[in-house]
Amino acid sequence: MQDPCQIVRKSYGDPIAEDLRFVVKSIVGEENLIEMYPNKSNNYCCGGGGGFLQSGYKDARLSYGRLKDNQIQTTGADYCVAACHNCHAQIHELSEHYGGGYQVVHLWTMICLSLGILGPNEREYLGDDLKEVNIFHPETAM
Amino acid sequence: MSETAIKLDYKKGSIFIDKVQALLPDGGNLNLCLTCGACSSGCPATELSNMDPRKFLRYAAFGMDEEILKSDWVWMCTMCQRCVYVCPMKIDIPQLIYHARASWPREDRPKGILGSCDMALRNDSCSAMGTPPEDFQFVVEDVLEEYREAQPEFKDMEAPIDKQGAELFINQNSREPVTEPDELVPLWKILHIVGADWTYGSKGWAGENYCMFLADDESWEKVTRTTTAQAEQLGCKTFLNTE
Ligand code: SF4
Ligand code: SF4
Repeated sequence: MQDPCQIVRKSYGDPIAEDLRFVVKSIVGEENLIEMYPNKSNNYCCGGGGGFLQSGYKDARLSYGRLKDNQIQTTGADYCVAACHNCHAQIHELSEHYGGGYQVVHLWTMICLSLGILGPNEREYLGDDLKEVNIFHPETAM
Repeated sequence: MSETAIKLDYKKGSIFIDKVQALLPDGGNLNLCLTCGACSSGCPATELSNMDPRKFLRYAAFGMDEEILKSDWVWMCTMCQRCVYVCPMKIDIPQLIYHARASWPREDRPKGILGSCDMALRNDSCSAMGTPPEDFQFVVEDVLEEYREAQPEFKDMEAPIDKQGAELFINQNSREPVTEPDELVPLWKILHIVGADWTYGSKGWAGENYCMFLADDESWEKVTRTTTAQAEQLGCKTFLNTE
């Protein structure tokens, strides 16, 4: 899971990083959360912040994100939870650009999936392994 | 660690760093650098555009204002503050960078950020995509209606706009209502299940603020004041920025 700079280091610090972990572990199971290091308040920025996504310096932005992509690929995880819009957009692009093939999901998607209330059209960012799992009202698929 | 020697030209004077120091609490500690390099070694922007945070600060301290004020690296720092976090002297380098951004003529700043800020100034939504309030309202109502019918367990689910006295004022990144409206729904469901008393605002509903990234203080303040004024006018107790 990504520790968004804006939420963790720049706002509420390690306590909210722990809260995020509590939620993610409750959803996926403790043994399925693989940490990146450094993390929490000492986390590396993904490169999506500060306006970088819209600045036009795309190559620089992808180089910046290389460190984050390496961290994620090192975990071998299939999913990266990104509870920030900028992180989500940037890491999603990193996965495609560097060929990591991991999925990048919003926290709300994972919460609703675990509660069994995620419909068929709310699965834009799930991979094939989870696209068909526990679908709420499958008949409404579009 | 050796770098090519640089010739200092003190005649120019270190005007820029003095100006920024005067603006920051405790001067942002800008003159306390030990040159240890902890900032640069953990900064993902190090080496982009041949710059890094320590070097940037050194240039500023030496009064080499031209080097830093013309460097496009200021747009490659994400203001993530990791350098401040690891710095033994807690030196606020990103603030220095922010002010370097602000020193660029507005029209020369990156077009994408500039355009997103100008879009936000177009109407009361403050959306970087320029979406007017009525379009936002239409999408929210339309999607809500559709899901209440399709998923009857959520027939009482709400997605209020301008609900007077709601506990939470929640804003929303423009990407969902504009490009992927189905992605709005999981958040609404969670809020419904936990019984949250919340509302969007017709004004200032958009969570992103590119005027801040643009270092356009006046516009940044306008966007922020629009959204907070709406939350206050509705009597909301907590402002939740989902961005
Ligand atoms: S970490 Fe702080 S003290 Fe060390 S070089 Fe960077 S700014 Fe200077
Ligand atoms: S705030 Fe800027 S200079 Fe500091 S670590 Fe982050 S990207 Fe680097």
